[in-house]
Amino acid sequence: MQKITREVLIAKAEELLSNGTVSKVLGLKKGEFSYDQTPAVFTDIESMKKDFVFDDFSGANFSKYLIKETKKGEGKTLVFLKPCDTYSFNQLLTEHRFDREKVYVVGIACDGMVDIKKIKNAFGDGIVSVDATTDTLKVETLYDGVKEIAKAEVLAERCRNCKSKKHVAYDELIGEDGEVISSNRFDQVDELEKMTADERFAFWQNELSRCIRCNACRDVCPACTCEKCVFDNPNSGVQNKAAANSFEEQMFHIIRAFHVAGRCTDCGECSRVCPQQIPLHLLNRKFIKDINGFYGDYQAGEEVGNRAPLVNYTKEDLEPSEAVNKGDK
Amino acid sequence: MRKISLSNLDKAFALIAENAKLYIPVDGKGGASFKLWQEGVKMSDALNTVRSAKDFFFPQMETLMEFKTEGKNIEIIDNRQEKEDFVVFGVRACDVKSFEILDRVFLSEPVDSYYASRREKGVIVSLACGRPSETCFCKTFGIDAANPAGDITAWKTETDLYLLANTEKGEKLLSAISSITEDCDGKAVEEQKKQISAIMEKLPLSNVTTEKFGAGKTKEYFDSPAWDELSSHCLGCGTCTFVCPTCQCYDIKDFKTNEGVQRFRCWDSCMYSDFTLMAHGNSRASQKERFRQRFMHKLVYYPDNNDGMFSCVGCGRCLTKCPISMNIVKVMKTLGGKEND
Amino acid sequence: MQVNEYKPKIVAFCCNWCSYAGADLAGSNRLAYPAEVKVIRVPCSCRVNPMFILRAFQRGADGVILCGCHPGDCHYTSGNYYTRRRMALLFSMLDYLGIEKERTRVEWVSAAEGAKFAATMNDFVKTVTALGENKRLEDLRCKK
Repeated sequence: MQKITREVLIAKAEELLSNGTVSKVLGLKKGEFSYDQTPAVFTDIESMKKDFVFDDFSGANFSKYLIKETKKGEGKTLVFLKPCDTYSFNQLLTEHRFDREKVYVVGIACDGMVDIKKIKNAFGDGIVSVDATTDTLKVETLYDGVKEIAKAEVLAERCRNCKSKKHVAYDELIGEDGEVISSNRFDQVDELEKMTADERFAFWQNELSRCIRCNACRDVCPACTCEKCVFDNPNSGVQNKAAANSFEEQMFHIIRAFHVAGRCTDCGECSRVCPQQIPLHLLNRKFIKDINGFYGDYQAGEEVGNRAPLVNYTKEDLEPSEAVNKGDK
Repeated sequence: MRKISLSNLDKAFALIAENAKLYIPVDGKGGASFKLWQEGVKMSDALNTVRSAKDFFFPQMETLMEFKTEGKNIEIIDNRQEKEDFVVFGVRACDVKSFEILDRVFLSEPVDSYYASRREKGVIVSLACGRPSETCFCKTFGIDAANPAGDITAWKTETDLYLLANTEKGEKLLSAISSITEDCDGKAVEEQKKQISAIMEKLPLSNVTTEKFGAGKTKEYFDSPAWDELSSHCLGCGTCTFVCPTCQCYDIKDFKTNEGVQRFRCWDSCMYSDFTLMAHGNSRASQKERFRQRFMHKLVYYPDNNDGMFSCVGCGRCLTKCPISMNIVKVMKTLGGKEND
Repeated sequence: MQVNEYKPKIVAFCCNWCSYAGADLAGSNRLAYPAEVKVIRVPCSCRVNPMFILRAFQRGADGVILCGCHPGDCHYTSGNYYTRRRMALLFSMLDYLGIEKERTRVEWVSAAEGAKFAATMNDFVKTVTALGENKRLEDLRCKK
């Protein structure tokens, strides 16, 4: 697989900007530290050469930003999408969230992104620089000099359980396309299902009690694109403020997961951004697993126009009582 | 100055816990957090807790009062329980400084009695930062990580913990554990201070300065075109405000219980679309305005009203937690121009 | 008889066209069902948002039951088919979070099934009584 580098992407952007295919590029801008990257829009190649960054920390899913970006002015936006991002991209198109004509997608192969939290867990604070050009990361720390760690060990959770290397949407590809791969992404859900109700309750209490209701999971989620979220409504009783108690925490996470059920592509952004490291993807994956089990395999975003399972039915669907007892067998 | 061997630390904790609730930073899923000390609870080595220590004085949610109605009578119930004394151990220099910033808000007239009573009952034992992180920039705000304030200042070496009382409350606490501490000179501490200061100089953000900011700069920055780009990808979540030790905005809401009304306050964030919502909507209609508000407040408005004091302590939490990695350092560098880079 | 016998609070969402009429029929036939059941009439079972169910628990319900027309008989053609999917997923999720699955139920009750309505409610109340108070989805503020 071709390793995608910053230089390759800049060259592609230069080509598309200069021949007028696109008028701007949505990408990441380098920040203070080697792992620190902020989304930005580049309109000229000079600023890209100066600030554009792409490496193993460039995990952000750009599809949601397209809603806002395509509304700004004429001209196409160039965006580089990893395989997992393309599923969100299609899902957004299915829901008519932006104009496809105003986006130029360059699909880029991806062999997994690195999670800085895992590097910090291994080496502590004080990371001066990370060299991620090979499969062994060289991490320079303030206190212990240069340390090495295998990339596989610090892969982001979602990449560890990558579901597909295939791009389901693109205008052009850099390198070759991959395949949908079999993953172990439901293993943790299985484990939880095997626990007793008491154990599960204790597990989720421990996780959800850390929630500070910052709403980052919702705000970053490519499936959460309502103009006005139900949790932004002061009359909902669980509005956009710090949670008052454990009921509100549970309510928020159950309802949020439910609202994206059947539309969640399992991109993993929610878990990536959670400041409290709550494994929110386990809620979404439960719904995905159930949908697959109850109504047949369904992958949100696989094709534009697919009817989501919760806005669909068959006359032979199983009864709710059968659904909750499935785990008992 | 007193010292205690680290192997005896649990004994000291037990002694303190006899008379007060003792909270120490403890490792857990998702990072360190302050937890109630009990036999067997081990102190975390992490540089800082995920949430700041402001929670002790300004909790995420608290009930202010309750109302009960019977016929035409409304009974107002102040259900504050007299809180017992508590000790927070291991607060870093940045968080200690944040209390001073919160004090100016909550303890100026009209005094917030909920906050005040907690401040009165709480004893802060600060801990010097042996291993600051790359995201630390407390020095920018004149905070000395080697010499934190607090009722007691502590320094941890490989073998011992050194303690120095700064206030009466601190003296009292130190005397309570005097049986297992011993007098000592400050040589080891001086050595550590030197080391820490040397590290602080080396930190990547050590050159960030506040020179360009402070009181009276509203006109200079309010209409700056830089805000557009800075805020353009802000998600409008509240992560930065909720992990921030100095953010102090809250909302007061009524909750209708089955038999009355509970009035409570909870943290709120200026980044939210329903912040300070009025009949006509939010007075800051766009995310750009909301974003600008947060940073202008920290760097200009607060200094305007508080003798030039900034309401940021450089703890670096927003640097690590922001989902899009936009933060006050980037704002300062962008607005402050090249000199600040 | 024990004075402090535990009586659960049950919320029953009933669709206007079938189940509510079924409840009516149970009443006019003098078929007894426990007074702990509080019926809330909804236009269709698919009107019930998952939030309604959580909200009922928050406000002190110990069990929530949702009744609608039999699949195929919906007054609006397909409403209850959607209900069936939604509730299958929601209840499975509640179970996943460790909330007792016996506290929630969906039952199809037609306008002619007064006896089924009464029997269903009797059975549901019995099940929830055995479980005791809802502790896992409670809001303590609502308990005072």
